[in-house]
Amino acid sequence: MDIDSARLIGMALAAGLGVIGPGIGIGLIGGGAMHAIGRNPEASGKIVSNMILAIVFTEALGILALVVSFIIKFV
Amino acid sequence: MIHFFGMGGIHVILAAEQIGTLWGIPITNSLVMTWVAMALIFIFVLIVNRSIALVPGKLQTALEWAVEGARGYVGETLEDEKLAERFFPLIAGLAVFIVTINELEFFPGVGSIGFFKGEEFVPLLRASTTDLNTTLALTIISVIVIEVAGIMGVGFFRYAGKFINFGSPVKFIVGIIELISELARLITFSFRLFGNIFAGEVLIAIVAFFVPYVLPAPFMLFELFVGAVQGIIFGLLTLFFIKLAVTPPEAGH
Repeated sequence: MDIDSARLIGMALAAGLGVIGPGIGIGLIGGGAMHAIGRNPEASGKIVSNMILAIVFTEALGILALVVSFIIKFV
Repeated sequence: MIHFFGMGGIHVILAAEQIGTLWGIPITNSLVMTWVAMALIFIFVLIVNRSIALVPGKLQTALEWAVEGARGYVGETLEDEKLAERFFPLIAGLAVFIVTINELEFFPGVGSIGFFKGEEFVPLLRASTTDLNTTLALTIISVIVIEVAGIMGVGFFRYAGKFINFGSPVKFIVGIIELISELARLITFSFRLFGNIFAGEVLIAIVAFFVPYVLPAPFMLFELFVGAVQGIIFGLLTLFFIKLAVTPPEAGH
């Protein structure tokens, strides 16, 4: 197969498989935060800000996969 | 930048285009954008400074609330007023600068006003955080400040002792892993900011390519939000890592 088709397939695989992990991770973090808020609604401010921090870390991995897919296709 | 080739497709350019040289240094359009953002912030600060009154108006009240709130949060997190005084300008400056650049990207004219260089269209302004150079520079500043804060906080040998620890084989390996994750911070900081903003631009370009009317607007709104959040997160993460660096290593682990 020529390089252009290989690039297309590589870009799709990198982006698609790369966001599975962070997607599940963010879902787990959100779920844990919901549990915690349900137990203790008064602490919801602190819980939400910690949740946003954890989400930023996992999202960075998803963004890394996306950037790799762009590099495969366009560089 | 992202250019449309009629029905041919979207042409994505990862690197910032050079639009001139100044005494031998290449000037890219993202560099010009940082100058514009700096000029805007300076002008805003000068105008607000001139009209500070003892009985504040609305803008001054809002700004005072924001600065007090941020300073209070930094003080709470660092648990030390001296450190908070020392690091608050850097953290707030990083956050304000990055948020300004990210929000400026949606102004009309950014990315569309430019000139043709041969066949290529070169825009005069481009969001600086879509250029890996800018984000990498900001990351290097943050990482150096974090390391220096750690060394100043607990002393050079105790800080180095967090990573290179000959107490026992387990501690040694944990130290090496910590060292690697410190270096990986260089990559994650810069790629988080770069990837978020660049992927947002590509997303808006693709949506505009398929449905040019009305539909790009909610996506741009989302990207405005993402830009603001990413700027604040950059400052916040620098703050948290400074806190981690100045914490003395636990005894009796």
